[in-house]
Amino acid sequence: MEIPLIPLYKGGLGELEFVLNLCGHVERTRTRYFLNNEVIMALVIDIIIGGLINGSTFALLAIGFSLIFGVARIVNFAHTAFYMLAAYCIYIITQKMGLHPVWGMLAAIVLVTLLGMLSYKALINPIREHEGAVLIATIALAMIFQEIMTLIFTGTFLSVPALIKGYFILLGVKVFYQQLLTFCAALFILAVLWVFLMRTNLGLAIRSTAQDREVANLMGINEARVAMMTMGLSVGLAGFTGAIVVPLTVLEPQMWGAPLVMMMAVVVLGGLGSLKGSFIAAYILGFAEALVVFLAPMGAYLKGSVALSIMILVLLIRPEGLFGVYFEEER
Amino acid sequence: MERWEKRIFVLAMVSLFLVSSWAVAFAQEIKIGVIGPMKFVQGQGHWNGATMAADEINAKGGIQVGSKKMKIKLIQSDSNEFLNVTDATNAMERLMTQDKVDFVLGGFRTEAVLAMQDIAMDHKKIFIGCGAAHPELCERVAKNYNTYKYFFRGTPFNSTFLVRTAFIHLGTVGAVLKQSLNIPKIKVAIVMEKALWADPMIPAAEATIPKMGMEIAGIWRPSPVATDVTAELSAIQRAEANIIFEIFSSSVGIPFSRQAGELKIPAFQVGINVEAQKEGFWQATQGMGNYVMTSNTYARSVEQNELTKPFVEGYIKRFGEVPTYTADTYAAIVYGLAPSIEQAGTLDSDKIVSILEERVYKVPSGTVKYMKTADGKPLHDLTWGPGFLTGLATQWQDDKIAGVWPYKWKATPEAPEVTYKGIVPIKLPPWMIEKYKK
Repeated sequence: MEIPLIPLYKGGLGELEFVLNLCGHVERTRTRYFLNNEVIMALVIDIIIGGLINGSTFALLAIGFSLIFGVARIVNFAHTAFYMLAAYCIYIITQKMGLHPVWGMLAAIVLVTLLGMLSYKALINPIREHEGAVLIATIALAMIFQEIMTLIFTGTFLSVPALIKGYFILLGVKVFYQQLLTFCAALFILAVLWVFLMRTNLGLAIRSTAQDREVANLMGINEARVAMMTMGLSVGLAGFTGAIVVPLTVLEPQMWGAPLVMMMAVVVLGGLGSLKGSFIAAYILGFAEALVVFLAPMGAYLKGSVALSIMILVLLIRPEGLFGVYFEEER
Repeated sequence: MERWEKRIFVLAMVSLFLVSSWAVAFAQEIKIGVIGPMKFVQGQGHWNGATMAADEINAKGGIQVGSKKMKIKLIQSDSNEFLNVTDATNAMERLMTQDKVDFVLGGFRTEAVLAMQDIAMDHKKIFIGCGAAHPELCERVAKNYNTYKYFFRGTPFNSTFLVRTAFIHLGTVGAVLKQSLNIPKIKVAIVMEKALWADPMIPAAEATIPKMGMEIAGIWRPSPVATDVTAELSAIQRAEANIIFEIFSSSVGIPFSRQAGELKIPAFQVGINVEAQKEGFWQATQGMGNYVMTSNTYARSVEQNELTKPFVEGYIKRFGEVPTYTADTYAAIVYGLAPSIEQAGTLDSDKIVSILEERVYKVPSGTVKYMKTADGKPLHDLTWGPGFLTGLATQWQDDKIAGVWPYKWKATPEAPEVTYKGIVPIKLPPWMIEKYKK
C-alpha cells in the first residue's frame, strides 16, 4: 500500500530538544501490565514453546560434544567451529551454486565429518595423552577456521534459506516449521544415537572404550580407530546441527563463540560425558532462557547469564553435574 | 678496516643520506592513512571511498601544495577494532611511526577511535573520524583544544542528532499509520540492543513517545548478538504494538527483521538498524527484511544536492553497491582535506586545522559546517539540521533501498522545508493492512 506524499509529521528540534538534553533524569512514563488468566495462559504457552525450541538447539550441539568427551576424553573446543563450517558450506551450495538446501545439508555433514576425522588424525591424535595440549589445540583449530572464513567471506553477515519455509500457529504462538524441525531432529538424533550405541558392534566398541580404554584395547578393540570414528560421529552431529539451525541464525565467522559457551554450560550441568545429562540439561537451560525473555523483557540480554548462573548453582549442590560420569569414575 | 675501505664506506653512507634527503625533499606524494576494520563492510566502505577520492584527484594531477602538485598515496591499515581495540591502536601507531602518514581517516567503534585519537593527536596529525558517532570525540576538542584540535568528525553526525532524527522518523510513521489505517492510539514497542550507546535512549524514548501522542507497549533489550528473537517478537505481538521502534547497530538487526518479516508481525519497524542500511541486508534476511525503515545516508536515486548523484552513481558503477556512510572518506578527502591543503599551501597540520574549522562546504550528503560550543570554542563536530546534514530515512521496498524521508519536513515552524529529490512514499506491509483494515 502506498501512502500519498504529504508532510505528516513536522515535529523536530523544538519539541524534542528538552527530552534529549535531559536523558537520564526525565520523568519516566511506566508501562503497566495487568495480568489476567488469559495473559498468564498465553505467557505459559510462550515459555513452554520457547523453552522446547531453545533446548533442542542446545541438545543437538551438546550431545556431539559429550560423546567425544565420554569416549576419548577429548575436550573439543572446535566443536562449534565445525558447526560454523557446516553453515558456510550450506551457504555456498544454496546461495552460490543455487542448489536445494537438502543438498547443502548432506554435503555439509559429509565434508565436516571428513574434516573432523582429518583434524583428529593430524592434530589431536599425536597429542591425545596431554589433555591440556588437546584443549589448546582445539581452540587453535577453531581460530584457524574462523580466520580462514573471515579471509574468504569477510565479516559480512549472511544467511541461508530454511529447509521448510513458513510458520504455523500453536495455541496462539507463531512457530517456524524450521523450529519444529529442530525439535524433532533433537529427539530423532537422540533415538538414533541410542540405537547405534546399544545395538551395533561399533556402538558396543564405543561404549567399551568409554568405560575403560585399556581394557577395551586388551580385548582387541582398536581404541585409536574407535576414537577417530567417534570424532567423526561427533563432528558429523555438529555439522547436522549447523544444517538444521543455521536458517534460524546469522552466518559470520565468529558465530561459533556464543553457542560454545552455552554448549559447555549444558555439558557441565548435565555431567561431563553423559548423553542423557546433556539432553536434560539442554532443556533446563533452554527453559531458563525463555523464562528470562518473557518475564523480564528489559533484561532479555541477560538470558545467557541467567542460564550460566543456574549451571553454577547446580554445580555447587552437585559438583559432578546432574548425571556425572567422569567424576563418579574418579571416585 | 683498510683506509680505502673506510673511504668507500663513508662515501656510500653520504650517498645514501643524499638520496634519501632528496627523496624526502622532492617527494610528490601526500600520504593518507585509511584505518578501519578492513575485513568488514565498514572498513571496506572507508577504503572504497578513499580510493575513489585519490583516483579522482590524482587523475587531475594531484593537490596543489604551494608551487607543486602532489599526488595522494593511500596507506591501508586494518584496525581489526571489532575484535580487538589493541589492534586498532597498534595500527594507528604504525601509520604514525612507520608509514609516516600526513593525514588519517577512518575508525568505527567509539572505544577504538577514542584510543586511536590520542595517538594521532600525540603526533599532531589531522585525523578525520569517519564512523564513530559518540559526542565525546568532539567534546575533547572543546575541552582541550591544543591537544585535540587535529581531530574532526567526517561522518556521521553525532549520536544525539542520530536519535533526534530517529524520533522524527517514528513520528512520521505514527502519522502515516493513524491516517491510513485509522488506528486511534498508536502503540510502540521499544526494542533496543543492550549496548552502552543505546542506554540513554530508553529514558529519552519513554519520555518522548507519549508526548508524540503514542503509547508505549513495552521495552525489550535483546543482546546485540542475539540470533533468535522469536520470543521477543511473540511478546511484542501479544502487546499489540503497531510500531516497533528499533535501535540496532549490531548483527541482531538481521535476525530481528528476518524473523519479524517471516512471522508477519503486524507492526511497522522504524528506527536505526545499521544492517538495514547495507545492500547485503536483503540476502542476509532472505528478503524478509522488506518494509524495514531506518535512518541512512545514501540511497539510489535520492539527491541531497548536486554532488550526491555523481558520487552515488560513480560508487555503484565501481563497487556495485550503494555507499554506506563510512564511504564518506571520499567527501572528507575531496571536499574537506584537499581544498584546505590547497588553501593553506602547505601540509602543516596547524595551518590546515585553522582553515578546515572555518570552512563551510558542500559534500554529497549535504553541507558541512563545523560546530562551536555555546561559548564559541571550536568543537569540530558536524552541524545537523536543514541546510546542513539531515540524513535520510530509507525503507526496503521489495529488493531496493528507497528514500522515504525528508519530504516537506520542517524542523521548527520557522525553519525551511526540506525535501530531497527522489523521495518516494512509505509502503506498509500488506499483513498490517490486512489486519487493521478488517
